[in-house]
Amino acid sequence: MDHGIETTIIVNGTATTRRIAPRTHLIDFLREELGLTGSHIGCEHGVCGACTVRVDGRIVRGCLMLAVQANGCKVDTIEGLSDSGELAPLQRAFHEHNALQCGFCTPGMLLAAQDLLHHKPQANREEIRTHLSGNYCRCTGYHAIVDAVEEVLASRRAGAAK
Amino acid sequence: MKAPSFAYTKPGSIGEVFDLLDRHGDEAKLLAGGQSLLATLNMRLSSPALLIDIGNLPGLSGVTMSGGRLRIGALTTHRTLECSPEIAAHAPLLAQAAPHIAHVAIRNLGTIGGSIALADPAAEWPACCVALDAEFILSARGAERRVKAREFFRGLYDTALGRAELLTAIEVPVLGPDYRSCFLELARRHGDYAITGIAAVARVRDRQLSDVRLAFLGVGSVPVLARGAMAAVEGKAMGPDRVAAAQAALAADLDPVADLTNSAATKLHLSRVLLGRALAALAG
Amino acid sequence: MNARAELPLHAPNTKTDRGYIGKSEPRPNAKRLLQGRGTYVDDLRFPRLAHVVFFRSPYAHARIKRLDLSKAASQPGVVAVFDGRAVARYCTPWVGVLGHLNGIKSPPQHAIAIERACWQGEAVAAIVAESRTQAEDALQHVEAEWEELPVVTDMEAALAGEPVIHPDLGDNICFSRELVTPGFDDVWKTADLVVEETFEFGRHTGVCLEGRSILADYNVAEHTLTVYHSTQAPHMMQDIFSRHLDIPESNVRVICKDVGGSFGIKVHVYPDEMATAAISVMLRRPVKFVADRLESFLTDIHAREHKATVRLACTKEGDILAFDLDDLTAIGPYSVYPRTSGIEGNQVVNLTGGPYKHQQYRAKLNVVFTNKNVTCQYRAVGHPIAVALTEGIVDLAAQKLGMDPAEFRRRNLIADDAYPYTFPSGIKFEKLSHHQCLDKLLALMDYKGLRAEQAALRKKGVYRGIGLAAMIEVTNPSPAFYGVGGARISAQDGATLRLDPTGMINVLCSVTEQGQGTEGIFAQIAASVLGVTMDRVRLLTGDTGVTPYGGGTWASRGAGIGGEAVLQAGKALRSNILDVAAAILNEDKALLDIVNNEVIDKLTRASKLTLTELGRIAYFRPDTLPMKFQSELTVTRHYTPREYGFVFTNGIQASLVEVDIETGFVKLLKHWCVEDCGTVINPMLVDEQIRGGIVQGIGAALFEECLYSAEGQLMNGSMADYLVPMAGEMPDIVVGHVETPTKTSELGAKGAGEAGTAGAPGAVSNAINDALAPLNARVTAQPFTPERILQALGKA
Repeated sequence: MDHGIETTIIVNGTATTRRIAPRTHLIDFLREELGLTGSHIGCEHGVCGACTVRVDGRIVRGCLMLAVQANGCKVDTIEGLSDSGELAPLQRAFHEHNALQCGFCTPGMLLAAQDLLHHKPQANREEIRTHLSGNYCRCTGYHAIVDAVEEVLASRRAGAAK
Repeated sequence: MKAPSFAYTKPGSIGEVFDLLDRHGDEAKLLAGGQSLLATLNMRLSSPALLIDIGNLPGLSGVTMSGGRLRIGALTTHRTLECSPEIAAHAPLLAQAAPHIAHVAIRNLGTIGGSIALADPAAEWPACCVALDAEFILSARGAERRVKAREFFRGLYDTALGRAELLTAIEVPVLGPDYRSCFLELARRHGDYAITGIAAVARVRDRQLSDVRLAFLGVGSVPVLARGAMAAVEGKAMGPDRVAAAQAALAADLDPVADLTNSAATKLHLSRVLLGRALAALAG
Repeated sequence: MNARAELPLHAPNTKTDRGYIGKSEPRPNAKRLLQGRGTYVDDLRFPRLAHVVFFRSPYAHARIKRLDLSKAASQPGVVAVFDGRAVARYCTPWVGVLGHLNGIKSPPQHAIAIERACWQGEAVAAIVAESRTQAEDALQHVEAEWEELPVVTDMEAALAGEPVIHPDLGDNICFSRELVTPGFDDVWKTADLVVEETFEFGRHTGVCLEGRSILADYNVAEHTLTVYHSTQAPHMMQDIFSRHLDIPESNVRVICKDVGGSFGIKVHVYPDEMATAAISVMLRRPVKFVADRLESFLTDIHAREHKATVRLACTKEGDILAFDLDDLTAIGPYSVYPRTSGIEGNQVVNLTGGPYKHQQYRAKLNVVFTNKNVTCQYRAVGHPIAVALTEGIVDLAAQKLGMDPAEFRRRNLIADDAYPYTFPSGIKFEKLSHHQCLDKLLALMDYKGLRAEQAALRKKGVYRGIGLAAMIEVTNPSPAFYGVGGARISAQDGATLRLDPTGMINVLCSVTEQGQGTEGIFAQIAASVLGVTMDRVRLLTGDTGVTPYGGGTWASRGAGIGGEAVLQAGKALRSNILDVAAAILNEDKALLDIVNNEVIDKLTRASKLTLTELGRIAYFRPDTLPMKFQSELTVTRHYTPREYGFVFTNGIQASLVEVDIETGFVKLLKHWCVEDCGTVINPMLVDEQIRGGIVQGIGAALFEECLYSAEGQLMNGSMADYLVPMAGEMPDIVVGHVETPTKTSELGAKGAGEAGTAGAPGAVSNAINDALAPLNARVTAQPFTPERILQALGKA
């Protein structure tokens, strides 16, 4: 019953065609088939946010999406968004504020933070917390993450004001 | 937790969906946003033989206005509704409720139709639809019928949706400019399932409420229209006595079910508190 | 008055320069994690890698009547199936007891249960397949018949032996302890005031985002076992794999890649992990096990299920005379190996009353077996209980006497000049700074201003609460913690420092990294001591084949113990480098120094020789050096904390909350912590450890509890139902520092990893009760759910 279905996904800008078993979720596909191990599995029921990736410009829980559902879609992972430089300001701010410790939540957290930069550029601290409220971090206590995101938002607003 | 094996198909038309449902019956499950279904599959709580992906069926997504009614395609995502200017203008209750649904990543894929068809007791949309007296359009092969939201939810995860039917749209009457709405929910953490919630709508004139609708979520197996509480405030001026009367009436309206950390009594109490706050918000 | 440590980083009579010590340097090893380019165990790929899953008991207590693995064995992709007896031929059982916990008892535990399962989730069979998915599919085909046995989940029933889980042991008491100081009875009789309260603490668990992960790779040709393990203590695991799998110690290599959170969860021996290693030996191929989230809730160690009655006796002026403690705690059906499940309760006895100067103490502890998941050391072990009990009863006493809680504490905290000090439970303090921290905290939070605001808001029906929690914390433990009890757990650590030919520095250290910043601070220390820039330093930790032998990370020992080893090795290497420089330059070593990657003239500060050049000559042109001269550019030093059983730190926290008295919901407005962990190597990393620890403690106070039915079924074992703190509900957390360096090392660093968790539950608890005080309501059972608060208010 588990015949692979031919699926083409544009992963980090590269069209990739594979036969994928329907039950394979997007994260398992990325990790196991493509070796893109930067996206992590934390719960496999959509609550912890460790698996957050971007599909057609929107953040999703990769564990709650079948890889075959992503046929024809553009998928951006932490690796691609690092290499393109899109995440560089956030990564720099995270680094400087130590907004990560063990790093396991970090790719998902960065994707969620980047989504906030797009959709809520005027966000205050409370709104930052709300937007990130679906990404579990056990190590940092969130304060430094909020500081880092706040700093990037502020510098963007300052840059835009010039 | 890896899902059990299943086949997958993505029909291009609603007719094909009906064919598949005819052929496979209970062995098949519809996949819309998948935000509930895929979690249950990953936990091996269900093993369908076939998933029918209706995610890209044409014409089932989007918000349109026609004849004083908002028509919302069943495949419209929570996030689309959250950000929709039409919804904000013509059904503000939905815009108030949307941010409470899980988190952004879930809202980007989850659909209103999926939420209504599943009918989780703590879901936001069913209670909103009950408060707004919405109508659901159920399509079968060659046929279409309308069921009022207030008649659609029958029991725990049990709706009027027939086996060979698809929920294709939600129609919401647009209420006049003197209507106000208030959505309140109590959850331990942002995005959690509600302990209790209220979708409240009323016409408001000089602190007097009429055409009051008070629908609760999370307190039973289906959304509950609190008719006793509604009667207590219908056509009356708002004040502490009115609110207290409505709160007292709630004991007859609601028969809450306890959950892991909240007894039935606690849920009733919390529902009363939300009722008071919603009425105050409506009255202004 | 605490001067910042005058670290002797350079030769005597030179200006002391602390280098990177005290600087908030971003961690070099965080860069890969920011790009998703770390390597966690589940990221590793091996040829012929097989995956193991476990068939787990659905019952809390049941005899295995029949177990048929034959259908599972024939499923697609299945490589092998094993029951407990099969694995027991390769892996010997263990007993979680230690000699210094008088009378502790526990039955032997096998890697896979044989005959009887004693908690829901205990593994009773293993299925190995080519993929995790195939293994899980095959699990559905295991046939098992069970005979349910009586279950005991309630701790009082367990104490009464209703029923006894292990008949051979006679009762359900794993460990008990009593102590009483000689003058206790007299003091109790003469006290003006005795206050009493019973506190309950809900069992909860760590929820590391990376599940427990292990990949074992046995090479039959060499009889060697390499284990890639998400663990905090690789050397301890090396010893355990060696002894239980009968493989010579040096044939076992344990490697830690990036570890996705640990918090003590990953410092214990898990039967399913031991089974995984055994299966690799049995199958002669690499085998991986990663606990998924549902398994994690069922089998990662739980912690902190206590019911404790505490009493405080004081004079009417407010001088605390004595504490009296009766603590009952429920563990699982086995004491966990090798650190035992008696330590947490033992700590509660040791630490209750900790910050105060009373002389009399009585304590009673009972640790009982139940048919719930096993429990063991989890971040701040015992401290959260001890601090919540102590600080809760202190607040109650202050309330009864009409004294401000801060002033009551000020009156009773051990004076800053009273050290060294022996506490009534027997623990010894080198030097603490309770008063300095209290003053700093009250200023930082504007205590007076908050009290005024609180009073004003109360008149408007807004109920805010301020809660304080003073604490002491165990750090830098000596062999007194485990070694003396017979555990092969090392309390010492070593660091090897090496100058490479291009002048870069390599540091190998036996303390490990799980994100707290171990490698970062070691780079800072090494660079500072050697006079090089941080970008020249490379770290390797977590590999028993490469680093010196040591203890790893637990009990807040990494900075203090590992850091000192790095410092000493750095000093020695520096000396050796200058020997080489002196030989190259034909100058007196005493006239030379190393600054900014160069050997310089100490007096003129002129550059004489780069380390790059020195390395080239030492390694490739030793023919140019004096005949009898040998460069020794690799140095190892070890460090063992000896003088004190533990090097205690102290701190104090405050929580500001607003309680919605209609809904029982608590809003955390802000949190403060002033912490004295001695020499602070990197303030930012300490702040982050404190904050993370505080949020973990908040989780325990408000959200987290493993809920079991009377039949021993875990009812909320998923991320949807077990509530961990998320960003939306957490407050901003302000951290202040006081530095009282320890004299037990040159570095002077104490530990900081657990202090946040130690104090937060007590602070939040006190804040909630402070908010409810005008309404004569009090809560004493954690987590403080809305329902519990409503019940205290008489509303539910």
